[in-house]
Amino acid sequence: MLSYAIRRTLGAIPTLFLIITFAFFMMRIAPGGPFDGERRLPPEIEANINAAYNLDKPLYEQYFIYLGRLAQGDFGPSFKTKDFTVTEMIASGLPVSIKLGLTAIVLALLIGTFLGVFAALRQNRPADYSVMTIAMVGITIPTFVTAPLLTLLFGVYGVHIFGLDITLPVGGWNNGALRNMILPVIVLALPQIAVIARLTRGSMVEVLHSNYVRTARAKGLSSWRVVTRHAMRAGLLPLVSYLGPAIAGLATGSLIVEQIFGIPGIGRYFVQGALNRDYTLVLGVVIFYATLIILLNLVADILYRVLDPRVRYD
Amino acid sequence: MIAAIFTRARFAAAIAAILVISACGQNEQQAQTDAPAAQAQMSITRGEAGEPDTLDPGLATTTSEHAILGEVFLGLTTEDAKAQPIPGAAERWDVSADGLVWTFHLRDHTWSDGTPVTAEDFVSGWRRVLDPKTAAAYALILYDFKNAQAINAGKMPVEQLGVRAVDARTVEITLEHPAPYLPQLLRHQATFPFPRHVFAAHGADWIKPGIQIGNGPYIVTEWLPNDHITLVKNSRFYDAANVAIDRITFIPINDPNAALRRYRAGEMDALNYIPEDQIDWLKANLADQLTIVPKLTIAAVVLNETRKPFDDIRVREALNLAYDRDLMTKTIIRTGQEPAYSIVPPGIADYPMTAQLSFKNLTQPERIARAKELMLQAGYGPQKRLALTFSTIASQDARRVTAAIQQMWREVFVDLEIAQFDGRVLVSKRRAGDFDAAPTGWLADYNDAYNFLFLFLSDNDLNDAKYKNPMFDALLGEAQNEPDLAKRGQILARAEQMLLDDHVWIPTRYEVVSNLVQPHVRGWVTNSSDINRTRWLTIER
Repeated sequence: MLSYAIRRTLGAIPTLFLIITFAFFMMRIAPGGPFDGERRLPPEIEANINAAYNLDKPLYEQYFIYLGRLAQGDFGPSFKTKDFTVTEMIASGLPVSIKLGLTAIVLALLIGTFLGVFAALRQNRPADYSVMTIAMVGITIPTFVTAPLLTLLFGVYGVHIFGLDITLPVGGWNNGALRNMILPVIVLALPQIAVIARLTRGSMVEVLHSNYVRTARAKGLSSWRVVTRHAMRAGLLPLVSYLGPAIAGLATGSLIVEQIFGIPGIGRYFVQGALNRDYTLVLGVVIFYATLIILLNLVADILYRVLDPRVRYD
Repeated sequence: MIAAIFTRARFAAAIAAILVISACGQNEQQAQTDAPAAQAQMSITRGEAGEPDTLDPGLATTTSEHAILGEVFLGLTTEDAKAQPIPGAAERWDVSADGLVWTFHLRDHTWSDGTPVTAEDFVSGWRRVLDPKTAAAYALILYDFKNAQAINAGKMPVEQLGVRAVDARTVEITLEHPAPYLPQLLRHQATFPFPRHVFAAHGADWIKPGIQIGNGPYIVTEWLPNDHITLVKNSRFYDAANVAIDRITFIPINDPNAALRRYRAGEMDALNYIPEDQIDWLKANLADQLTIVPKLTIAAVVLNETRKPFDDIRVREALNLAYDRDLMTKTIIRTGQEPAYSIVPPGIADYPMTAQLSFKNLTQPERIARAKELMLQAGYGPQKRLALTFSTIASQDARRVTAAIQQMWREVFVDLEIAQFDGRVLVSKRRAGDFDAAPTGWLADYNDAYNFLFLFLSDNDLNDAKYKNPMFDALLGEAQNEPDLAKRGQILARAEQMLLDDHVWIPTRYEVVSNLVQPHVRGWVTNSSDINRTRWLTIER
């Protein structure tokens, strides 16, 4: 197992290198540069700025300068946000995105598996159909619809139930106060709950019809014991492979949720960086994201092996 | 069975680990929020359309940066509640008879750390901005200073700059040409003083919150990117006794609909922009909080004169005539913009506003009739239609506006194709001259007509139309050497009329400033510069 992990890690290095190279040149092929603002600059000023950022050098030289810096762990200065380096920007946004993302995924995991198992146990009965219909709706309604709806409902109008006045902040992070996290976490978790519920139901239905579960039932084990001890262990396995990329996706933030709720995470860096031609920021985020995906996939594969003795990687 | 329990334990451990990680984050953050909050203080939360890129006044370029830096620093001049220039760090100034030498007398005041602000702080700040190594985008603001452009191009040492610290509290500026608008210019962040002693101690970190000092009413204490920027009152500000608000929180927010929801939820006291598609709702529901005034900004369409047939003035005039400004401002955009018949917008200081498009008084049907005539003369007609591409930005609003132009120009035998690009691509296409027609415009850097008209100088890189007119260039040169403000204004107006008669741009509308301000904020004056310094505001609940 250890040798497997080492082999996988070593194999990731050329992958990462290719991604960096590809991303570097892709960014440069895009027309327009980081300083091509709506307001153009006099030629002498433009020359000064290009010199300050090494943009006056040939592209291959810039590439090697970048690789050299990267080897020392320096992602370089952001081309747009002059007061922060790329490392500082990721370091400031990452804890926020991780906190929000992990809370959402944990919530989604708890509710999603519960709903999935519940539906599987009542297969093809009204409870099953209603849970799966709601899950389908959850998958199809995009976050840019749920987010504004929820903010209008809970923030602008305020919800009054049983004499309780529930008014939540519409935006802002406020150092991660619970009140500020509720709406964004719900918006992030909703589609995940739906996916997880469907995944769980599917595999649970399959497992509940398998021979060993029938054997367990035949031996007179209680229904609860059959489900929790035997069926769920196998039934939740597909989730492990899903969770790797899902955690990576959620922990690196969501552009839409961050924009709508004004959350200082790293999700917006990718899209805004690309639009601003902020070369170093885009590369920094690409490298970070790629590393995280590779790592979490590795963890998922190893976990899978631990959980399912039938899987062998040797 | 033992194996099964073992495996389950590991799975549980993995889940537990995830929970612990997120819980740890929570505790850490909790500790920060538990810090004692000042209760009795007067504070304001202001929504700003953009996140600043930097808090270095020498490098700052955006209006959001200006909004924050103008609270922290005081230029030689500054803004009153209506954003008119008033004495700032300088108490008064004298101008030589030829208008070339300006002497500013600094008021006796200090930086927020107690160090006196000296003439040398200004001189070294200007030299720094013009030093090619600083790579300051707004170095051009100082190009009226003697030798500035040559220094910025690396052709002269910075010591040659026409500025001098006569004594600790007197600074002298020598200009390339008379610039009677200098008090307008000296409000710009690129001209702000430079705390040399802090830079000497901290180097590039001198602009970090906690280290940065200022000579203005507030200092920045915290900046969490994409979340908020906190400023607190500078007790050493020379006029601190008259500053009511103790604390400002700037919230950068670039989604106008999200901004409006936060404003409506009471999370912001003031917001300096609105979602344009919500204008009807805003007028119906928040009429008492919404103010709209003209902005020092012109929106226009530029035609590429290096391409046929836009070198033909008849075609340019026809397209200009056929653009229905009233329809555009009253029906399509509807956020209070006024139809434009000039390039310099109303509200520009010391400018007569006599230059107007010749057809201003014709009705739209009369304009269309004239436009058809011109197109027929130029060789176009119902059988031979002109095909052209309108290159615009990839946005819903741009599409709506361009579709309307398509309809307007169809009447004068033009088939308009719409091409939408991402912002950077569009800019590089315009600069390379790779377009037929494109939206354009200009927002004043300082309140002066020259700041609009210089765009059309033959050698200006910003001259997208590639307009070349030696007579126009000569008039602008003449204006720059005229020390009398009124005479200068008349010369500039003659030059503008030349542009309008040549149909270089199709000026379409004067843009507006739209502010939403809660009723408990007092002293707010929505103005054409869109600058509202917090020192003039107060909160009365």
